[in-house]
Amino acid sequence: MIMNSKKSQKIAFFLLLLATLLIVVPVGLIVVIIIQKGIGAISWQFLTDIPRKGMREGGIFPAIVGTVYLVTGAIIFALPVGLLAAIYLSEYAKDNFVTRMIKLAIVNLAGVPSVVYGLFGLAIFVIFFKFGTSILAGSLTLGIMILPVIITTSREALESVPYSFREASLSLGASKWQTIRHIVLPNAIPGIITGTILGIGRAAGETAPILFTVAAFYLPLLPKGVFDQAMALPYHLYVISTQVPNVDENIRYGTALVLLFLVLFMNLIAIIIRYKFRKQKKW
Amino acid sequence: MVIPHTNANIKIEITNLDIWFDSTQAVKNLNLKIYANEILSIIGPSNSGKTTFLRMLNRLNELDSNFKISGIVKMDRKDITKMDIELLRKQVGMVFALPLPLPLSIFDNIAYGARMHGIKNKQKLAQIVEQALQKAYLWEEVKDRLSTSAFKLSGGQQQRLCIARTLAVEPEVILFDEPCSGLDPISTAKVEEAMLKLKKDYTIVLVTNNVKQAARVGDRTAFFLNGDLVEIDTTDKIFTTPSDQRTNDYISGKFG
Repeated sequence: MIMNSKKSQKIAFFLLLLATLLIVVPVGLIVVIIIQKGIGAISWQFLTDIPRKGMREGGIFPAIVGTVYLVTGAIIFALPVGLLAAIYLSEYAKDNFVTRMIKLAIVNLAGVPSVVYGLFGLAIFVIFFKFGTSILAGSLTLGIMILPVIITTSREALESVPYSFREASLSLGASKWQTIRHIVLPNAIPGIITGTILGIGRAAGETAPILFTVAAFYLPLLPKGVFDQAMALPYHLYVISTQVPNVDENIRYGTALVLLFLVLFMNLIAIIIRYKFRKQKKW
Repeated sequence: MVIPHTNANIKIEITNLDIWFDSTQAVKNLNLKIYANEILSIIGPSNSGKTTFLRMLNRLNELDSNFKISGIVKMDRKDITKMDIELLRKQVGMVFALPLPLPLSIFDNIAYGARMHGIKNKQKLAQIVEQALQKAYLWEEVKDRLSTSAFKLSGGQQQRLCIARTLAVEPEVILFDEPCSGLDPISTAKVEEAMLKLKKDYTIVLVTNNVKQAARVGDRTAFFLNGDLVEIDTTDKIFTTPSDQRTNDYISGKFG
C-alpha cells in the first residue's frame, strides 16, 4: 500500500513536471532563436532610423512609434469601458438568464479570430464613422478586440473580493457605490491590471485587425495626429517577410526581437504597477 | 438592573412578521417588542431563524434576491422598510459572527463609516476613532499602531475593532450576530464586558449559540425554534422556570 502511494506520487510528479517542461521549452526556444538571429541587426540606427532602400536597410523607427501609439490608444479606450462594464456586470446586473448569456458571449468574443475584428473595424470605424484608415480607427479596433479579455479578467477580479467585505461596508451605512469605490475596486486592481497586461500583449502583436484599419505598407514619416496612417511592427514584419524580396534574415528577426521586447517592456511597467498595489493589500 | 418596559420606551416593534427565502419560510408570524437600552438575547438551534431576524433589523437580508417579507417592523414608530436604507444601517449597526475587518488600516477601518457619511475633518476623525476604540476597550492595545493593517490584530482584537467600527457611526441599536463564536474565553469575556457597558447608551440585540452567554448578558431572552418565537421573557425567568417544555429542553442541552 505504502509503496503504491509512493509510486503513484512519483508518477504524478513526473507527469506534472513533463507538462510544465513541454510548455517552457518551446517558449524558451522561441526567445533564444529570435535573440540569436536578431541581435545582429540591433543598432542605434536600426531603432531610430526610417526604413531605406525598399525596407531592406535602415531602421524601423516609424513602426515602433506606430505600435506604441496603437497599443496606448487601444488601452485608453478599452480599459475604462471594459472596467465600467465589468463593474456593472458583477455588481449591479441581476443574476438572471440574460446576464449569464451576456457574460458567456463576452467570454466567447475573446476567441473570435482577429481578422473578424479587422473587418468589423473597417466597416464601422473606417467607413461608417469616416475615420479613414487611421490611428484612431486602428486603436478602436484593437480596443474592441481586447475588451472581452479586460472585461472578463476585471469581472473575475471584482468577484474575487470577498462578499463579506461588501456586507461589512454596507452594514456601516455605506451606499452600494461607496462600497464598490472604496472597498471592492481597490482590492480588484491587481487583477484588473493582469487583464490589461494580457490586452497589451494581444494588441501589440496582432496583424489582422490593423491590416484594413490603419497599417501603412511603407510610410517613412511619423504620424502627426490620430487621423494619420501609421506603420506597425507586426504588419511591418509581415511585409518584409512575405511582400518584399531579398530582405536580410537578421532584419526580419531584429524586427521580431524589437516587437518582443516592446511588449515585454510595456508588460513590465504594468507588472511594476501591479506589484505596488499588491504590496498595499492588507489581507 | 430593572428597566421599566413601557410603551414609551419601545425601540423596535415587530408585528406579524413573516420572512421567506424563495419558498422556505425562515421567520413565522413574529410579534416582538425590543425596548431601549436593553440587551435582548436570542437563542435557538441552527435554522431557527434568529440570524434572519437579526439581518431583518438592518435590512441586510435584502441583498438576497430571493428574500420576501410581510408584516411591519417599526423603529421609533417608523416603518424601517420605508426608511432610507443607508440611514437605517447607520442607526442600526451590526457586528458579525466572524471578525470582519475591512482591508484597511486600523484607523481607516474605524473612520470608514464616518468618512462614508461625509466627515472629512482630520481632527474630528481622529477624535471619533479614539473614542470608538476606547468604548470597545481596544485603544490601549492599538494606539501606537493605528496605521498597521487591521488583519495584523488577533481574532479577539479584530472583533473589538469591529465593535468600535460600528460605534464610530453613532448607531442607536447594535446587532450582534454570534459575536464570540470564533473567540477564546478571555476575548469572549472582553466582548461581553463591552456589551454590558454599551447598553447604557445603545439598544442591543444579541444572537448567540452560547446559552450561557445569553444568561450572562441578556436582560431578556427569546427562544426561537424553526422560525417560531417559542418564548420570550426576562433572562432569569427563561433560565429558571421557562413556561415552555421546548425552551427547558434546549437550555438544559437536551437538543441543540
